[in-house]
Amino acid sequence: MTDRTIQYLLLASVFVIATCGLIYELIAGTLASYLLGDSVTQFSTVIGTYLFAMGVGSWLSKFVTRHETRVFVHAQFLIGLFGGASAALLFVLFPHVAAFRVPLYGLVGLIGALVGLEIPLLLRMLKDRLEFKDLVARVFTFDYIGALLASLLFPLVLVPYLGLVRSGFFFGMLNVAVGVVTLECLVADSPWKRMTRVLGVGLFAALLCGFAGAERWTEWSEHSSYPDPVIYARSTPYQRLVLTRSGSDVRLHLNGNLQFSSRDEYRYHEALVHPGLSRLENARRVLVLGGGDGLAVREVLRYAKVEQVTLVDLDGDLTQLFTQQPLLKRLNNGALTDPRVHVINADAFTWLGSAEGRYDFVIADFPDPSNFSLGKLYTTTLYERVGRVLEPGGALVVQSTSPYVARRAFWCVDATLRACGFRTEPYHVYVPSFGEWGFVLAGRDLLATEVKLPEGLRFLDERTLERLFDFPADMAALPVEVNRLNNQALVRYFEEDWSRYVH
Amino acid sequence: MFTEQGTVAGKMSGGTSRRRFLGSLTGLGLVGACGRRLPAFTGGLIGADAELGHRVRDRKFGATTKVVRTRAVVVGAGISGLSAAYRLTRRGVKDFVVLELERDAGGNSRSGANQVSAYPWGAHYVPLPSASAVEVTELFGDLGVIERIDERGHAVYREEFLCHDPMERLFLHGRWQEGIVPHHGLSAAERGEIGRFLDFTEGLKTANGSDGLPLFAIPVDRSSRDAEWRRLDGLTMAAWMDGEGYRGPAIRWYVNYCCRDDFGAGIDRVSAWAGLHYFAARSGVAANAPSHAVVTWPEGNGWFVGRLRDVVGNRLRTRCAVWNVEREGSGVRVDVWDAASETGITYVADAMILAVPAHVAARLVPVPNPFMSRSNETDFAQGGHEPGRIPGGETPPSTAGGTPAATETAPLPHPRFMGGPVSFPWMVANLTLDRLPVGRGAALAWDNVIYDSPSLGYVVATHQRLDPYPKETVLTYYRPLDDTDAVTARMTAFRRSYSDWCDMILSDLSSVHPELRSSLRHLDVMVWGHGMVTPVPGFLWGSERGALGRADAPVYRAHSDASGMSLFEEACTRGIQAADALTVGLEGRA
Repeated sequence: MTDRTIQYLLLASVFVIATCGLIYELIAGTLASYLLGDSVTQFSTVIGTYLFAMGVGSWLSKFVTRHETRVFVHAQFLIGLFGGASAALLFVLFPHVAAFRVPLYGLVGLIGALVGLEIPLLLRMLKDRLEFKDLVARVFTFDYIGALLASLLFPLVLVPYLGLVRSGFFFGMLNVAVGVVTLECLVADSPWKRMTRVLGVGLFAALLCGFAGAERWTEWSEHSSYPDPVIYARSTPYQRLVLTRSGSDVRLHLNGNLQFSSRDEYRYHEALVHPGLSRLENARRVLVLGGGDGLAVREVLRYAKVEQVTLVDLDGDLTQLFTQQPLLKRLNNGALTDPRVHVINADAFTWLGSAEGRYDFVIADFPDPSNFSLGKLYTTTLYERVGRVLEPGGALVVQSTSPYVARRAFWCVDATLRACGFRTEPYHVYVPSFGEWGFVLAGRDLLATEVKLPEGLRFLDERTLERLFDFPADMAALPVEVNRLNNQALVRYFEEDWSRYVH
Repeated sequence: MFTEQGTVAGKMSGGTSRRRFLGSLTGLGLVGACGRRLPAFTGGLIGADAELGHRVRDRKFGATTKVVRTRAVVVGAGISGLSAAYRLTRRGVKDFVVLELERDAGGNSRSGANQVSAYPWGAHYVPLPSASAVEVTELFGDLGVIERIDERGHAVYREEFLCHDPMERLFLHGRWQEGIVPHHGLSAAERGEIGRFLDFTEGLKTANGSDGLPLFAIPVDRSSRDAEWRRLDGLTMAAWMDGEGYRGPAIRWYVNYCCRDDFGAGIDRVSAWAGLHYFAARSGVAANAPSHAVVTWPEGNGWFVGRLRDVVGNRLRTRCAVWNVEREGSGVRVDVWDAASETGITYVADAMILAVPAHVAARLVPVPNPFMSRSNETDFAQGGHEPGRIPGGETPPSTAGGTPAATETAPLPHPRFMGGPVSFPWMVANLTLDRLPVGRGAALAWDNVIYDSPSLGYVVATHQRLDPYPKETVLTYYRPLDDTDAVTARMTAFRRSYSDWCDMILSDLSSVHPELRSSLRHLDVMVWGHGMVTPVPGFLWGSERGALGRADAPVYRAHSDASGMSLFEEACTRGIQAADALTVGLEGRA
């Protein structure tokens, strides 16, 4: 191989390394803003860490006194491995680690340091082949061209067509390929060379598998289904759980249906809990059915009088996520780890059938009755079971879909509760991400009129609360059937009302 | 800054259905395109204990080693036998045994269970009992199926037990429609014809005969004796439909389906009176359900079996073959082979209730009836033959009340009830699936019927479950084997292998669920030699039927065969009546 070829080869390496390095930096920055929000902070700290780490790498290069080429090849492999898998690794780690920033900056620092080590080594490998002025000029020219290419490729091609995880693996393969080519051209045959070759090929294959299997990490089709970036997606035995994030707005979707937006969920959850609970002076034991996100529990825990909260949600993966994941824990204020709270993962219907405790306040926060199996959770049979666990004088509140969009569905919940012998007090609230939303408060007896709201509410005060019970003409009550297991009237109303509204 | 989608969507996103639809297409594509080998499923043929049954027929049993004295013996633990036993305990008779040939009690209402669900092997629902069904209504109250009677006098049913919505759907013209009365894609004329028929039968529900009794009642013997209507028992349902101008394929399919569902044979075989009875006799009223509602459980009528068995307790002896019955003094002697302990036991009882199908009863205790000609072979002759009748010979049909009108109608297609009442074989299969079946149109219902299929479709065992996310399920697939005469059909059915049945079932189901085979984990098949009694013309109101249920103290009879319809209500009522008669008989003697 001629000296000239080697020279071009090394310069090409500079170009690839520069491109890859910047790509990893961009991936980390983007991921951090997806997962943690606040993109300015995330990009700025990721870039800062990366550049600083490059400096550390450059400084460390002075400790490499011989075998520059060998160190260079190994460093390439390491960059390929960590850079290539960085996106996948961060996605997988996100829901499981308490301090997500540790692996994030750790990875960014490691990759930065390795890239920082590479450039001085390359300079040294080229130093005998070029004059100093040419050497510096060419190396940095290729370095910056690579950076330009990366910064254009990333938003225009990679994110829309390959996605973060695949882009990572793709550039990881390029790094490893550079390492292997360098090895083949510059290192004389030796046992070390043969071993390193095997290592390189193996690594390349592993990254290729990652690239091919990237869909397993996250379902990419989902990204186009949600308006905001998906930061977490997973199929539990019961449902598909997707978290999206746009800036500070975190949203939870179950089977494609929005459950809350962190921006306005306080309106929903304050309205769900307080109109009932604030009027039950002696409420000590509260039962929450559904509501595995712990947001309703957060509101319940505002009352010092509440001694015990039982949360019954079918999906253990969901409650686990909202118990452990720091971001989500911040949303529910750590409600699910509160000593007063007892989480039970069971089907509410079955659990109620054998429940022995008595409760002063029951919150039924089930998904909308959009299919026949969910419709069962709004039937006379369920409310009768709830009635059996209610303390005398206790109350039940039911999330009852939108009285504006699904007017008949809303009043059907009300009629069903009344058919079970409850006195009802329907009310509604405006939640921007949902629209006009309704609840039905029900008790065997009339509830006290005296309201004692807890401290710290963002939406409700006594004046606002009073107004919730007023229904304007376009949401007013109308005659509807009672929802029973054997007629599923609610599901039919719900389906018809929503489809009329959407189309 | 909330998005447009967020605002309108609320908790339900508008885009979901489209995504779900695309998803299901992908799923189908995978199954179809990959051509990968389908996963194996397990299962086999589950049958009645034929070996023990044949030994009963041939009377090949060891000598009696134990003699047990008891007040009463109930032979057979189907619904009639269990109802009789339940009634005995309610009337204070505690000292009795119930003897059952099979391993499990239940008869046609037997059920099975696996880790996914319980499931029926036969009868799987009971309609709301009408006013005539006093005994059944009382039992429903006793078992908590009816919770209370409201201020208007209407029964309040326990809603968990009422069949949940959606109840039925029909695969017609490439998609599932709600309900099984055909309407999707039919012409106005066809719909009109169906409407006319349903209006007619609806009117019959409240109509009374000249004697003031309901025209069509359950139990069947509480129907009016109006000769004008009973005359319809002399012709087939098909002949009646011809005469009334019901000729469209949709109405004929629908009525044929209903007859096969309840009687095991179609409109060409069942009598017009029976066919109309299907539509006109179910007039139950509930405070919290419409009159077409039914009660059902994952295990079907196996639920009743469980409750009644609890009452009977350890008086129930399964795997006990009764092979000989003799009169002894004023009581009876019942010779039994207990296959479980391999011992011969003789029960000496004051009275007994025979709650077994007619063809079995005929071998044990012959009835005084010409068509039970084999009765001559046994040593327990009771009564005599009616004069002028030749055992086993051809006799013209006669109608109750001596109306000659019936005999003038269509000639009877069957050699007259020679081996007992006609009953066709059935095949019932239970399919355990990993995923719920999918399909275009109406959502999965409890009862899912395929238009023009030789089967009756399938019932979903997990339908009555209350937890909202069942993924695995068990489908119970029903098929009456009525394509030839009953005897040939029976022989053919017993010759078929398990894999023949699987092919038959899966080819029928894959026409509506191409994906079903890939989610099939287990498939069990049961063949019922005598699925249920078929009310062929002349049987219901001919003189022969009455003899099947006639008591001759100390032997009482209780089986729905004597009603000519294999219905829970018939079996239950007959069981209760037999127990009442037996108790009264014993009290009379005491």
